[in-house]
Amino acid sequence: MADIATHDTDHATDHGHHSSTGLSNNKLAMWLFLGSECLLFGGLISTYMLYRGRVQNGPHPSQIYDVPFTSVSSFVLLMSSLTMVLAVSSAQRKDDSKTNLWLLITGLLGATFVGGQVYEFTTFYREGLGFTTSLFSSSFYSLTGFHGVHVSVGVIMLLSLRGIIKKGKITGDKAEVVELIGLYWHFVDIVWIIIFTLVYLIPS
Amino acid sequence: MTTVTETHEDAHEHGMSDAGYVKIAIILALITALEVSTYYVDFGPLFMPALLIMMVVKFVMVVSYFMHLKFDSKVFSFLFYTGLGLALFVYITALATFKFFIA
Repeated sequence: MADIATHDTDHATDHGHHSSTGLSNNKLAMWLFLGSECLLFGGLISTYMLYRGRVQNGPHPSQIYDVPFTSVSSFVLLMSSLTMVLAVSSAQRKDDSKTNLWLLITGLLGATFVGGQVYEFTTFYREGLGFTTSLFSSSFYSLTGFHGVHVSVGVIMLLSLRGIIKKGKITGDKAEVVELIGLYWHFVDIVWIIIFTLVYLIPS
Repeated sequence: MTTVTETHEDAHEHGMSDAGYVKIAIILALITALEVSTYYVDFGPLFMPALLIMMVVKFVMVVSYFMHLKFDSKVFSFLFYTGLGLALFVYITALATFKFFIA
């Protein structure tokens, strides 16, 4: 019994703060945050769906979308979810070197996706699709731009986490920290799963 | 003590094996390939429902397996799916107000 009490104290110290449910407050907060993010992206996706056919000036969606290119970007982001979950799995096994490797690969795949988006935006702009060209362009850049910012923030978090782990500055449960960043990263991926289908594959 | 230690380790080992994650990723990649094929092949009236079903399947697979909701506490599922359900309700209602589905 005494052992159990000692273990519970250690466990609580390792994981930071726990709620009365016995669940990690950090994970609860992250899931609550992701639930609220559904509302943010829901608004942006709905706005795009409403305005995608409103092209007063400039090119029409079907004239500028490069589906093969975006398919490759989507595949890259999807595979980054695999490398992220492998990082979490390695962290749970307390294998720091593999965790760092998978985090680096995930960050690089994310950066590749963002690079592809920058290339896509640049190409669209050169073809005459500015932010204020039409209702379609405004809603398109707002939706995909917000997603791109989320991916960029994710890349920064991944690479920062890698540095922090290397310096040994995580005092609590390392696996949980990696898992929290992983949850954010997977969320960014599932949002893109929706955007890829609704924006690129279904014509207006 | 042994029981407590095992419980602690089990909590860390929830989810799947690495090989299991790779299998899920392969299935996701295949579904993505099928999605992209709709751009080149005419699926007729099945085009829209097929794309939407594949999107939902991919979404649920990532959330369930990669985000561990299938193996984690139901409280996390409740928090996430409540937000998602609320978003769907609010924005489908908003789009319906603008006669999006009629058009």
